[in-house]
Amino acid sequence: MFRSKTKLLQLTVTLTACAFLLIPTLMSVLAGVTVNYFKGVSSGLTFKWVLNVWELYADSIFLSLWLAIACLIVTLIIGLPAAYGLARHPGWLSRLLEEFISLPLAVPGLALALALLQLYGTLSGFRTSWTFILVGHVLYTLPFMVRSILAVLAAMDLKTLEEGAASLGASPWQRFRDIVVPNAMPGILAGALTVVTLSIGEFNLTWMLHTPYLKTLPVGLADSYASMRLEIASAYTLVFFVLIVPLLMAMQWASARAQRIAQ
Amino acid sequence: MTLNLTTTAKTFGDGTKALLPTSLKVNTGEIVSLLGPSGCGKTTLLRIIAGLETPDPGGKIWFDSDDVTDLPVERRQVGMVFQSYALFPNMSVRANIGYGLKMKKLPKADIEARVSEVLEMCQLNDYAQRAVTALSGGQRQRVALARAIAPRPRLLLLDEPLSALDAALRETLRDELAILLRKFNITAIFVTHDQNEAMAIADRVAVMSQGEIVQSGTPEELYRKPTSTFVASFVGSAMHLAGEINGSKLQLKGGEVSLPADGTGCEAFVRAENIQINKNGSLSGYVDTVTFLGTHYRVGISGVISEPITSIFSGNKVPKLGEKINLTIEPQSILLLPSKA
Repeated sequence: MFRSKTKLLQLTVTLTACAFLLIPTLMSVLAGVTVNYFKGVSSGLTFKWVLNVWELYADSIFLSLWLAIACLIVTLIIGLPAAYGLARHPGWLSRLLEEFISLPLAVPGLALALALLQLYGTLSGFRTSWTFILVGHVLYTLPFMVRSILAVLAAMDLKTLEEGAASLGASPWQRFRDIVVPNAMPGILAGALTVVTLSIGEFNLTWMLHTPYLKTLPVGLADSYASMRLEIASAYTLVFFVLIVPLLMAMQWASARAQRIAQ
Repeated sequence: MTLNLTTTAKTFGDGTKALLPTSLKVNTGEIVSLLGPSGCGKTTLLRIIAGLETPDPGGKIWFDSDDVTDLPVERRQVGMVFQSYALFPNMSVRANIGYGLKMKKLPKADIEARVSEVLEMCQLNDYAQRAVTALSGGQRQRVALARAIAPRPRLLLLDEPLSALDAALRETLRDELAILLRKFNITAIFVTHDQNEAMAIADRVAVMSQGEIVQSGTPEELYRKPTSTFVASFVGSAMHLAGEINGSKLQLKGGEVSLPADGTGCEAFVRAENIQINKNGSLSGYVDTVTFLGTHYRVGISGVISEPITSIFSGNKVPKLGEKINLTIEPQSILLLPSKA
């Protein structure tokens, strides 16, 4: 079956590595549907804990989804024109701006959160509103949106395409709508999925910015680990997975597609 | 439509003078080619006419009696065929061709009718529903042309429309383009660096060099009566007979030739077909290369001037390599052109 011992060895190493990563995850998921973790699976399987999580943390789940959608809208409104501007005017200034937008990637989320708290922490209406967390999420996810669109736009001869449309009578807005946006779509899609996935999973920044009344999905997860019984925390992990894994897979698919175009 | 361009120049931001003050008139229905080596300003001139570049203050562009100098490209009603074609990858062939008509806000039925008409004219019927990314180079070129003429532009502008194609295809499409442009009956300007293309397609050729039009005329005029050494060597590659001019005699390394007139202050040029291999000729040289080209031979000869010269030979007695041969050049076939200052 195996052509050589090398192949067999390769397979063994790969499977071991996979097991090393997957088994703890599966254990955790299993714990979330076990009646009593300390007695083991023999105690029976149940959805009780998942329902418990829903009762306790439904607000967190909805807040996270709401934040992700809001974050997506804001990053699209800022990111699409920004990427377009950067693609249309290449030069040292654009490079500099691009680096500047990407800065939040290099700065730790905690530091970013601290800076936001120092600057806006005293504006109580803003500090206690969900929009405060939104600002953090937008700062953190915007570079992903901009870079994703920029990569696709930079791969085509945007200037000539626009000149072509202009010579056919299209105004700047019509050019943007009919040529730029449709051709940037793979980049927009990849960027959008990345932004939503990152926003739902973001913990560092959000942990610092959240209030007791505004807990997102990952903050709730930390909370459940700290204060609930292990089965509930594990069930929470399961819920988190169900939400994030399809998004992650869609993101990978869209990014691969956008990269094929950008090459 | 008549195009009239007066003292139009273009200086780029870094001070480069891409185009010196230039005037150009193109009559209704005329097909004019801007011919010149790369960097001569021909594309800049075309882009100024299109409205894609703003000329320096002082220049004026007229379409018939309308001053369009300050109109942006989208309001000039010009059709443009780009070197890279710039077809919209997000649209089908049909949608590409219909885009200009859609921008004119024509009724749907009119758009469909006109697109079908243009598809027919350009023999693109079989490809109408295809994605433009699924077309060959030649097909893309035709779609680009169809898209440009569909909205019935006042002026058609083509920027090196054939240069993205491979050599064999280029020749076929050159003739096809010449026929199509006449069928459209449209005023057109087209930019090229290939003299064969210019000669095959254009009614009139404007030869450009270093930011200005150096000579403009029919292909025959440019070939037979060039007014400068640049035009003589660029159009039809005339050879410079470098030697000593004494009145109407020209002394070359390989002998003496008579000039058609007093050549003081001039340089003598001759074309390959006017150098005849003739055993009684006053010039002598050695055969370097013999290339068989079907209808004729091209013979490379050294020793006549310091550089090799080329002669066209169509007789039966093919010269042998290394053989010493005699040549004649009829005085009337020599082009006397003022030497560059």
